[in-house]
Amino acid sequence: MAVVPKVALGELLRSMADDEFVIGFSDSEWTGIAPILEEDIAMSSLAQDEIGHAAALYGLLGTLLDEDPDALAYDRRPQEYRHCRLLDHGRGDWAMAIARRYLYDSADAVRLEALAGGAWEPLADLVGKLIREERYHRMHVGAWLERLAHDDGEARTRLLVALRQLQHDAATVFAPLPDEVALIEAGILAAPMPELEGRWRQAIGPTFAELDLPMPPAAAQPERGRLDHGDAFDWLWREFTSVRRSEPGVSW
Amino acid sequence: MRVVTQASLDEGTVRAALADVADPEIPAVSIVDLGMVEEVRVAADEIHVVLLPTFVGCPALDLIRSAVEARLRAFDRPVDVRFEFHVPWTSDRITPEGRERLRVSGFAPPAAVRDEVPILVQLSAPVSCPNCGSKRTVLESAFGPTQCRAIYHCAACRQPFEAFKPV
Repeated sequence: MAVVPKVALGELLRSMADDEFVIGFSDSEWTGIAPILEEDIAMSSLAQDEIGHAAALYGLLGTLLDEDPDALAYDRRPQEYRHCRLLDHGRGDWAMAIARRYLYDSADAVRLEALAGGAWEPLADLVGKLIREERYHRMHVGAWLERLAHDDGEARTRLLVALRQLQHDAATVFAPLPDEVALIEAGILAAPMPELEGRWRQAIGPTFAELDLPMPPAAAQPERGRLDHGDAFDWLWREFTSVRRSEPGVSW
Repeated sequence: MRVVTQASLDEGTVRAALADVADPEIPAVSIVDLGMVEEVRVAADEIHVVLLPTFVGCPALDLIRSAVEARLRAFDRPVDVRFEFHVPWTSDRITPEGRERLRVSGFAPPAAVRDEVPILVQLSAPVSCPNCGSKRTVLESAFGPTQCRAIYHCAACRQPFEAFKPV
């Protein structure tokens, strides 16, 4: 690749790293209180995977911008994070955790496919490995979505409530990135975000139809899909930065 | 530990030394057994080692890096350890010796990876119990105490056991 579009690539890496970081911390909220022991372990393992993915992505971003990856992860104000608003709804109940993870994982899979084999090798190499690990996540959350949806009582009701609460932010994984056209021209990203959103809808459509679940509508304000994080994220941010803020500059 | 003179230091000697570096999470196997050592290059002024992480978020990576540096210190030249992803590590890289060491220490080795087959189907294929050898085993959970392990139960000896995931 002749020229790396540094600014646009930085925005892409930041959005992906923040997504994985925030969903990882959200899932770690279940450690100790999941409905069954196996889920306690599973959610903790998924959280560990996602935070590890975030660390690798912050590592790439740190190399690109010549900045400390830990500072990128922990030393920003809440409004400076660029994760999607799908992840801004608080822990909620188990149905919320499953609905959020299903929507996120299915969208992330489409995004990763669009980055696989891309022209910026450090990211393409990492994506190849991430795809192999994320298969386990999709298998797990897919089984839970079916289990809740097939129930004819409280579980299905709660799932429908969660999907309704998330619906306007469901597609925000595909919020357009600043100057994403530069990524496409450079061969880093295979297609623009609206096209990836279309692929995602095709991918989840059959499952939603089979389970008789309402497909999420288009995001109301896609251009603000990674902004305006709100109170739930303020709370999570205070949690995940609390150790770091307690002794600034210390190596843990 | 034997100090090798610089003149005789070659790739094979370094690889043999790396076979002493145990996986911190399953100490019965080394990083060589796991197929993590992708490249060893011995230059006049430095030893380069490229390792492939088993999982991107493996929390043992820093420990492995310092264990490699400590073990290669015997060769008395700077060591450069890198983790790379250009070749994705898969569980198919575990050597036959590594698979046997896993089994002896109570972990079922992973089945061959079949990328075209759904993960749940791969995990549900018969896994031999590392304790009694029976194939009457069932998957209990795809997630275990570390990222690379799943939990099974053996109906023959009625014991739970862990298996390395196909990944």
